[in-house]
Amino acid sequence: MYLSRARKVTWRWEGRVVLGRITPKVYAWRFDWRTFCSDTSGKLLGSNSNQATTELLDKQDSTNDVPQYDVAIVGGGMVGMALACSLASMPLTKHLNVAIIDSNPALMSRDCIKKEDPPDPRVSTVTPATISFFGGMGAWQYVQLHRHAFFDRMQVWDYTGLGYTRYSARDVDKEVLGCVVENKVLQRSLLSCMEDSDSQKRIYPSRLSSMTLNLSSSLSGSDNISSQPRTSLAKLNLSSGNSLYAKLVVGADGSKSHVRELAGIRTTGWKYPQNAIICTVEHTEDNWCAWQRFLRSGPIALLPMGGKYSNIVWTMDPKEAADRKLMNEADFLKAVNEALDNGHGPRPQSDVTSGGGLFSWLKADKASSANEPFEVPPKITKLASDRMVFPLSLMHANTYVSKRVVLIGDAAHTVHPLAGQGVNMGFGDACSLSRVIAEGVSVGSDIGEVSLLKRYESERKAANIAMMAVLDGFQKAYSIDFGPLNLLRAAAFHGVNYISPLKRNIISYASGEQRVPLFS
Amino acid sequence: MASKLLLSRLRTLAKPTHHRFINPTPIFTLKYQTLVHSRPYSDAPQPPPIDSKPPSINGDNPLKNKKISSSLNQTELAKFSAIAETWWDAEGPFKPLHVMNPTRLAFIRSTLCRHFGKDPNCAKPFEGLKFVDVGCGGGILSEPLARMGATVTGIDAVEKNIKIAQLHADLDPGTSSIEYLCTTAEKLVEDQRKFDAVLALEVIEHVADHAEFCKSLSALTVSNGATVISTINRSMRAYATAIVVAEYILNWLPRGTHQWSSFLTPEELVLILQRASISVQEMAGFVYNPLIGKWSLFDDIGVNFIVYGTKDSE
Ligand SMILES: Cc1cc2nc3c(=O)[nH]c(=O)nc-3n(C[C@H](O)[C@H](O)[C@H](O)COP(=O)(O)OP(=O)(O)OC[C@H]3O[C@@H](n4cnc5c(N)ncnc54)[C@H](O)[C@@H]3O)c2cc1C
Ligand SMILES: C[S@@+](CC[C@H](N)C(=O)[O-])C[C@H]1O[C@@H](n2cnc3c(N)ncnc32)[C@H](O)[C@@H]1O
Repeated sequence: MYLSRARKVTWRWEGRVVLGRITPKVYAWRFDWRTFCSDTSGKLLGSNSNQATTELLDKQDSTNDVPQYDVAIVGGGMVGMALACSLASMPLTKHLNVAIIDSNPALMSRDCIKKEDPPDPRVSTVTPATISFFGGMGAWQYVQLHRHAFFDRMQVWDYTGLGYTRYSARDVDKEVLGCVVENKVLQRSLLSCMEDSDSQKRIYPSRLSSMTLNLSSSLSGSDNISSQPRTSLAKLNLSSGNSLYAKLVVGADGSKSHVRELAGIRTTGWKYPQNAIICTVEHTEDNWCAWQRFLRSGPIALLPMGGKYSNIVWTMDPKEAADRKLMNEADFLKAVNEALDNGHGPRPQSDVTSGGGLFSWLKADKASSANEPFEVPPKITKLASDRMVFPLSLMHANTYVSKRVVLIGDAAHTVHPLAGQGVNMGFGDACSLSRVIAEGVSVGSDIGEVSLLKRYESERKAANIAMMAVLDGFQKAYSIDFGPLNLLRAAAFHGVNYISPLKRNIISYASGEQRVPLFS
Repeated sequence: MASKLLLSRLRTLAKPTHHRFINPTPIFTLKYQTLVHSRPYSDAPQPPPIDSKPPSINGDNPLKNKKISSSLNQTELAKFSAIAETWWDAEGPFKPLHVMNPTRLAFIRSTLCRHFGKDPNCAKPFEGLKFVDVGCGGGILSEPLARMGATVTGIDAVEKNIKIAQLHADLDPGTSSIEYLCTTAEKLVEDQRKFDAVLALEVIEHVADHAEFCKSLSALTVSNGATVISTINRSMRAYATAIVVAEYILNWLPRGTHQWSSFLTPEELVLILQRASISVQEMAGFVYNPLIGKWSLFDDIGVNFIVYGTKDSE
């Protein structure tokens, strides 16, 4: 949805007779900023990488004159790489000189990712909005070379047995609800896409250690403080000993962002008293549905990874998580199967079509999938990866921008993985920021200027906060176990299942269209 | 009562400490316009007193040579000289120029790309073209034009402005190639300089003789070249009110310093340009929206307008 929309400049004009024979055209000139960064689709990159100009720089390369870049991206995770790719793909930004700083070996390794290996447990559920963003910059074709699992159905229910909801892509006239992709595949695809573009990119396999921002832009008075060249650019010092200047420093360095800290940007947030266990599992039947069940202790999700593989994201209290990580495989599988189906409470009744009952008044407007019966998720038969435990937290940077610095992805906001939105929010940031940079380039702005960057912030902050509020609300609703609340929850499920506009909104929102469910 | 409140509001806003405008009331429209188009103004601390001696241009007094100083209005120039240090303070007296910059540059980009047959999807569409920014001030317009690929010459009658512009442009390799000269359009004409495009934004209302000034702009333009001018619309009622408020009620400015007649209506500008062999092709109005803090281009040319014209071939 980000880049595919048709862009246009509207010229409405009104002839006006001015002073006899002189008749200038008087235009209503409404400028659509997006005009200048539309042309990203349709560019299909060949697989030949001979134009790749990506270079790896290490210690030996350091010279005395400090190189200057237009953009320095600190953190080459999925979000940082998406920004680099997006910049490389747009006609207005592909000329920009971009440096990527990250010591993550994934950026260096060229080992191929084997399709036969069991999938990595670190996966992302990418939304249709993300898929179209990737498509627009030519990165989705690389994802398609690897394992990825589309799903068009989703079932959400809880342990009380009082209700369930089935979502279907059909309800929102979409082909798919999302696609589960291993993080390493997303990252590698972005790397390949960037390398195959004919843009100037450099990767510094190093970490940011310090940053100097020349904040006083005063032009008066003498300026012989140092022998350094006079500049308003940011200076980055890397752990390798290299230094570089940049017009714009992008903090894409994750939830513990060093850039954020060095720029003095504060955060608001809290930890949830919960951890998530993630792992890859196998089952006997194929799975093409995303499942999520809310238990007393937290939600468990089973995401299709293609064929007989699925991914588990199971949230619970930290002690329980530690125990479950260590227990033997057979016990763990038993616990997983209980959590997904035959433990913690009854299965919901499928007789919701019988009419009558407590929620019958909600049925007026039926979604097509509303009549679908409750289904039992696949039975897990094997553990196919290590179990990894992550703490859950929610964090939001108070501001995303300051002079010459901008934050994207987890550096700006961290959510718990409940609805698989974390990285999608980050991709939304990368898409928006690259567009704002293109806007700036189109009118000759200094791309590190706060007034320009603020446009990115105002676009993304609202969307991210809305998403965080929804996810946090979700989390809270399901971490308290009071009797009446269960009934409300069930009502919500039934309601969601039957009021299709509302349901449509929820699906739309979860699939990356920027509307807040319930309030729109 | 209401107007009293309004005035005290205006007074508070006028304090330099209140550069951040959070409360979006239409008052800002007044303030911005007042600042851009008449008097970039600053409250305490007052700029150093301006000596009555006019700013010198390349050493010699421009007034001595009547012929080449036809456009100079000394009172206006002294005013700009006094606050030259603040050109690049995005929250300072020139904030309105900073805020409207993307909007007017979008107009320039669009019209001039079409004029010169350049690809608007290209990062530097003006590569290979020579532009002159007349009355460049601190270079707020010159720098983006240079980043868009143009070979830019920025000229201003105030030496201090040129110094500031040069210092600032040197901070970025993308703009350090700008040629800044402390001179006037008339002097450049004498030097027989020619440019593919001549731009004079928010300058004409400060010059002494509009017609002479436009003739100089025309003389600087190559045949079939382009001219872009923006200025305030005299026929704007609300603006008249702003001037009166600023000048007489708030005593921001010495009484009578506004030359009401210096402002043009779009019709007058079109006619003046026509006489100088420039045919106006397109015109757009700028409207400041205090709610979103942005300028946008509109068909309403009542407030502030920008004109693009072509130099007739001889
Ligand atoms: C258990 C779990 C499950 C999740 N599941 C999902 C899901 O299903 N769907 C989803 O959308 N999201 C999910 N998320 C969230 C998702 O993983 C993150 O939102 C995403 O990884 C953020 O990407 P990023 O590029 O912003 O940051 P990161 O992936 O954290 O990348 C940061 C990069 O910066 C580098 N770096 C850090 N410091 C420096 C430095 N000083 N100098 C240079 N480089 C530095 C690091 O090496 C790293 O490569 C999940 C998260 C967790 C914890
Ligand atoms: C309001 S500023 C506009 C600055 C710049 N054009 C912009 O729009 O960002 C007007 C500038 O015109 C300059 N100026 C006024 N009269 C002039 C003249 N006759 N010749 C050259 N410059 C002049 C002033 O010194 C001042 O810098």
